[in-house]
Amino acid sequence: MSDKSVFEPKIIGFMCNWCSYRAADLAGTARIKYPANIRILRVMCSGRIDPTFVLNAFALGADAVMLAGCHPGECHYVDQNYKAMRRYAMLKHTLDQMGIEPERFRLVWASAAEGQQLAEAITQLVEAVRPLGPLNWPANWKENGHRLEALESILKEHQAAMEVQS
Amino acid sequence: MTAAQQSPKAKLALYWAASCGGCEIAVLAINEKILDVAAAFDIVLWPVAVDGKVRDIEKMPDGSIDVCLFNGGIRTSEQEYMAQLLRKKSKVLVAFGSCAHEGCIPGLANLSTGQEVFDSSYKQGGSTENPKDVRPQHETPMPEGTLYLPVFYDTLKTLDQTVPVDYYLPGCPPEAENILVAVTAIIEGKLPAPGSVIGADTTVCDECPRKRNEKKIKKFYRTWEIKPDEETCLLEQGLLCCGIATRAGCKALCPQVNSPCIGCHGPNDGVRDYGARLMSALASVIDSDDPDEIDRIIHEGIPDPIGSFYRFSLAASQLRRRKLPAATSGAQKQ
Repeated sequence: MSDKSVFEPKIIGFMCNWCSYRAADLAGTARIKYPANIRILRVMCSGRIDPTFVLNAFALGADAVMLAGCHPGECHYVDQNYKAMRRYAMLKHTLDQMGIEPERFRLVWASAAEGQQLAEAITQLVEAVRPLGPLNWPANWKENGHRLEALESILKEHQAAMEVQS
Repeated sequence: MTAAQQSPKAKLALYWAASCGGCEIAVLAINEKILDVAAAFDIVLWPVAVDGKVRDIEKMPDGSIDVCLFNGGIRTSEQEYMAQLLRKKSKVLVAFGSCAHEGCIPGLANLSTGQEVFDSSYKQGGSTENPKDVRPQHETPMPEGTLYLPVFYDTLKTLDQTVPVDYYLPGCPPEAENILVAVTAIIEGKLPAPGSVIGADTTVCDECPRKRNEKKIKKFYRTWEIKPDEETCLLEQGLLCCGIATRAGCKALCPQVNSPCIGCHGPNDGVRDYGARLMSALASVIDSDDPDEIDRIIHEGIPDPIGSFYRFSLAASQLRRRKLPAATSGAQKQ
């Protein structure tokens, strides 16, 4: 993150305790490099990732979100990663209508042995988001510029309005 | 002794911002009990029904209105001004109905910008004839002086995104019996903890009499595509019924008449984002483990996800609106 002219996206990663989080660990112990743009949060299962978490990450200013869990069929809790798969599809459909580019939200499967694959997926995500620029979601709520003047002018108008004497 | 015999009478204000007016009618749906309300309160402001002037409210000391029932979202500077004024003058401010609570249908305009809303109203409408492209302006200079119209915001805000709110009364509109419960609680001074939603804390499914089995859905239907049977859970029949995520209190009005719940009561206690809750629940009942099939079920069955998941709560959701185009700033350019 040395060159300031290059946009460095902030990415939140929700990773399953039993596989992807360990894959990230493995990448570390094996000295496999991946970009420092991702902030990893450990969850007990990809099925624990409530769509609220993802929306909250975007609402707080994340540029992208990655979900990572065990390969289908290998869930520590039998089949919860299938729920993650369906929630991901549902959420992606909604984010699309909100105007959030599909590149900003990704689901990957990575077993505890796949440190290399996870590092590559993170690198790909960073490279895919970089050209999109910052998402900066909170700026969408910025107040209309002349709002405060308009509020003050109402009060002035009311004060200036003619009073009817009884 | 009833509150009516107390002296002086408590003061009540009702106001109407960005909403359809149904909440005003709903207040009258408590029928003859409205006389008890009139007996217990002096109605100082209720533009739709009684003659009270904003300038008189401005002159009242702060906190001198006992209760204000405020319906509607905040979309213009005038509405924001009224929200601030009534907050200052009221001891208890109630976000009355879905618009003030969560933005409701007017909040779906957060899928557009102010400019786009004006385009649709003053240019593209089928019955619109506006060759000079006249638009409402914030300021219009006239020989006699400048005329002002309120500023129209890009993003509709809920009441509690604008000013602090004491209580919420959910529903589009709130049901008469719930209004009565709330009004009675106010008259008798038996209000719940500040900040709470006055109503049930369970979901519509709990009040729904339909038969429920395990839910497995291969296809979502839109309401006009099938005629659902009258006994089985509507969601099990593939209709996108929002009852699973929606606060109870309506006695499952819509499912009772064979129509899916559309979620007007908003989320239950402790749920931060109504649509996220609904997405989470619906995704769990899709009966497929194949990514392509899941995508197909979702895309074919739910062509309008925000309209389906956030019909009443887009303005109150975590993302609040669709992404703004970079160059936009308000409907009125200055």
